[in-house]
Amino acid sequence: MIKKITKRKKVISHKTSIIEETIEISPSTSEKIKDGVPASAPEKSNISVISRGKPRKFKGGVHPNDSKALSAASPVQDAPLLDKYRVIVHQNIGAPPEVLVKKGDEVKKGALLAKASGFVSASLHAPTSGTVTAIDKCDGPTGIRVAAIEITADGEDEWGSPFEPIADWQNAEAADLKQRVSDAGVVGMGGAGFPSHVKLSPPPAKPIDTLILNGAECEPYLTADHRLMLEQAEEVVAGAAIFARILGLKSAVIGVENNKPDAIEALKKASAKTNVTVQGLAVNYPQGAEKQLIYALTGREVPIGGLPMDVGCVVQNVASAAAVNDAVVKGHPSIERITTVTGEPLVNPGNWRFRLGTPISKSIELAGGVKYQPAKLLLGGPMMGFAQSSLDVTVMKNTSGILLIPAEQVSQYTSDPCIRCGKCVSCCPMGILPATISQAVENERFDMAAQLNVLACIECGSCSYICPSHRPLNQHFKRAKSEIMAARKKEQKK
Amino acid sequence: MIIILVSLLFAALLGAILALVIGVAAKAFAVESDPRIETVTDMLPGANCGGCGYAGCADFAKAIVEGAVPPNDCPVASAEDAVRVADYLGITAEEKEKMIAVVKCSGGISDTVRSPYNGVEDCRSAVLVAGGSKGCDYGCIGFASCARACPFDAIEIRDGLAVVHPDLCVGCGKCVDVCPKDLIVLTPAAVDVHVYCNSPEKGAAKRKVCKTACIGCRKCVKAADSEDQMLIDGFLIATNYDNPPLPDLVEKAACPTTALRLATQHAAGDTEGVSK
Amino acid sequence: MSEETTPAIQLPDPTKLVISNSPHIRGGESISKIMVHVLVALAPAVAAALWFFGLAALQVMVLCTVGCVAVEEIWNKCAKRAPTWKDGSAALTGLLLAMNLSAGAPWWICILGALLAIGLGKQIFGGLGFNPFNPALVARVALLIGFPSLMTSWVVPQAGKFMACDVLTGATPLGASGAAVATIHDLFMGNVGGCLGETSALALVIGGVYLLIKKLIKWQVPVAFIGTVAIISGIVHYFTGMTPTPLYHILAGGLLIGAFFMATDMVTSPMTANGALIFGFGCGLITSVIRIWGGYPEGVSFAILFMNALTPLIDRSTIGKPFGYIRVKAEK
Repeated sequence: MIKKITKRKKVISHKTSIIEETIEISPSTSEKIKDGVPASAPEKSNISVISRGKPRKFKGGVHPNDSKALSAASPVQDAPLLDKYRVIVHQNIGAPPEVLVKKGDEVKKGALLAKASGFVSASLHAPTSGTVTAIDKCDGPTGIRVAAIEITADGEDEWGSPFEPIADWQNAEAADLKQRVSDAGVVGMGGAGFPSHVKLSPPPAKPIDTLILNGAECEPYLTADHRLMLEQAEEVVAGAAIFARILGLKSAVIGVENNKPDAIEALKKASAKTNVTVQGLAVNYPQGAEKQLIYALTGREVPIGGLPMDVGCVVQNVASAAAVNDAVVKGHPSIERITTVTGEPLVNPGNWRFRLGTPISKSIELAGGVKYQPAKLLLGGPMMGFAQSSLDVTVMKNTSGILLIPAEQVSQYTSDPCIRCGKCVSCCPMGILPATISQAVENERFDMAAQLNVLACIECGSCSYICPSHRPLNQHFKRAKSEIMAARKKEQKK
Repeated sequence: MIIILVSLLFAALLGAILALVIGVAAKAFAVESDPRIETVTDMLPGANCGGCGYAGCADFAKAIVEGAVPPNDCPVASAEDAVRVADYLGITAEEKEKMIAVVKCSGGISDTVRSPYNGVEDCRSAVLVAGGSKGCDYGCIGFASCARACPFDAIEIRDGLAVVHPDLCVGCGKCVDVCPKDLIVLTPAAVDVHVYCNSPEKGAAKRKVCKTACIGCRKCVKAADSEDQMLIDGFLIATNYDNPPLPDLVEKAACPTTALRLATQHAAGDTEGVSK
Repeated sequence: MSEETTPAIQLPDPTKLVISNSPHIRGGESISKIMVHVLVALAPAVAAALWFFGLAALQVMVLCTVGCVAVEEIWNKCAKRAPTWKDGSAALTGLLLAMNLSAGAPWWICILGALLAIGLGKQIFGGLGFNPFNPALVARVALLIGFPSLMTSWVVPQAGKFMACDVLTGATPLGASGAAVATIHDLFMGNVGGCLGETSALALVIGGVYLLIKKLIKWQVPVAFIGTVAIISGIVHYFTGMTPTPLYHILAGGLLIGAFFMATDMVTSPMTANGALIFGFGCGLITSVIRIWGGYPEGVSFAILFMNALTPLIDRSTIGKPFGYIRVKAEK
């Protein structure tokens, strides 16, 4: 925990001086922090990370309609076994895994389909037992066609996992546990899809002292993590303990928004005799964004362009924790996840446990179909999710929600001018100026956009949500970022 | 009366002093420059399009005079212009092939499957949203980024498809840089036969989303005078610009999807002449 | 015997699904909603003006509002742009312009004012969102400079006499002499001469509070503006006595309508919170200086226009550091 920050002016030469900040991290050590990187390893403490007893509130944020009542009370149902599963190969940030199977191969449930290629990659496993009938392109979640492995189920659903449960994991080697996380193909299931074992391997220059589990689920409509925490609290807590053991930490904290009191209770009960603490957080979108979550729980600001490990933190989603528990305790690779299928147009919104490769059309069928045509179909949440134009896209490891948005609620972007009302400025959680940046982008002044720190934007969508002119601010920032990164690459090549 | 005279005199004196100052400054702070640069600049077309890669005609003229580039690097200038500059400077000018841009896509709104799109109406921004609203991932989005970038107004957006007019295009290459799908290529102006498709997907998959896609049936390859006039890349055929086919190939091949077209007919919107 | 048919499960039609970038739900804000709220906030002041100045006031308000909308639509048509009257900004500008004119303003002043406000103050820059100056104030100041005697002859209020057609001219609280000529009670309730918006302080404060509750204006602007005027006039009053009391200053003239409705115009005021404070302070400073030592009895319009010009500079200097800004910096 941060105890004290002292600033000191250090004179370097006749005209130059630096302001050095000293941040005391724990009671007995004080170290210099430059560029947000601790110079020496802090002491690992088993004191709760919350130093003030209640979390901080980050500046900005918006309060969209929760809309979680549609599915919050629906317990998780197991989706029935399908005839065919079309498992998309590239389900992670980083390199796509190398496909090992070929057409005609017979696989068992949990068998290795594709092996992680390189460090930042994740392995892929079969969702059921059957035959590989095709390795072809299918509609992908970002609108671009992607490679997928089609498996025709044989109906037996027989397990053939490549590994066994690790008995007595509490005393297992951290390296073995981490290898298991990697072998099981666990990725960030909050939506990012970053391979979890990479997060658990920080370089020695970035020592970790805090493990945070993200149970905020700040996006409207989504209730998958909520139901997971409610129904499988012990597994989430066990997953947290496994992560802690891998990182060599003695404690962890789970952050949950206060609109899920039953989940908080369930987690508190499950973690009563452990060193995992549960912290309720203010309901404010985007509370679940990594940087804001770290700030709320520890008061530390992740530097722009940096990662949580730069401030000594590792953040994992609660669903990833449950998946890691499955991998270690049950010996199951990551082949299914809980997804919320919801939206006003649906007949029976709810939460289902889908296997990877389940088509969206099937998920909507299970939810009883639609009463009327929705305006949009989204994968993920309504603030950061992806709009779909095909029902053939299939569930992936990071598909937290399948949402159908009715016309009354859907965003309608215009090319109206900015009226400089400043609402975007006051709601931006990263403290940048969305209005000015978007005007710079409209005039193709990406240099100005870079000066205005567009690269700090986390694309949470708060500004576009609140804009009275309905300007497509988020799209402008995406464009600015892509142009700036392309220009930088060009510079580097020279 | 005297006041008027005094004011007049004063104003005249002030004017004269300032004129003197300006005259002296023009001489004293004059920048030494090669007088030939100005002459060459006047000889160039003066479009300031940047197609040569330099910041305007004056900059390009400076580079020519310094000997860094040949005069016919200017895509707008005619061969005679280049020869005139070369003669003036006493250097030799080589022949350069005229290039024009071709947008390798023929899928307009009426030919393709599209989703309704809501957002920034610019190709480079739209491509970030699900790869554009078109069913085909490789096709022209049609929001006119290339048309806006063209300094010569040579690109027309017709039915949501960018079409280059070969008679107006000078081959400066600005559209090539702007297109987010890398759909536009510079081809020799003398070649008129092109395959207006850019998608390497399987023929059947392409056909589902676009009526005018190249399905890789290879009729044009067979109908060509020699085997290597049309290049095969899986399900996508392309003209071999080093050994191009004659314009009559379009009629001979009878392309089933009209992906094979003449650039002049395509620009004129005359797909009637192309077999269906 | 009734047969129950299970309804077929309907799937959405994928060809009609809209794609766009996130976020995909809308926040419910819109420009017209904002304008309606501001009009509602102005309603008490409008009612007070009608009460005190009657039909004459109604004529001015109608002419200005309709004139502004008409000018905007004619301009849009000539410039081949889509009509924009639906967003309500022209109507609001018209009403604010009316509140800046005297009840005795002739019809042609209203029309000219509308032309100046919309044509010169807004459309010439590109329409809503592009104007650097408050359109209503541009018109008022242009009229003031162009027709000084007409624009500084004020009407005596005749409370309740709605149908009174004869307008009697009289002095305003902030007269040329600089001394206090009205009672605080009169100022508060509105029984004073001046333009339509300068009368009832009570009505304006009600409107201002409504805007603050609805979070349509930044509280920093009116607080800094009124606060600065109060402090400066207070210092001058208690040390030299050459100016009325701070309370008089606050309630008299166009300060309240300026601080709550004119200076807070979104397009022309800073977007950052700190910027709004500086803006309000600057407005207050210039207003006080003009009122106490300047040649004009009222300085609010000039002050706001001056600070409008500085708004981009204020915005740029109060951006602040983003979340996670790396703290070690080299100082020269």
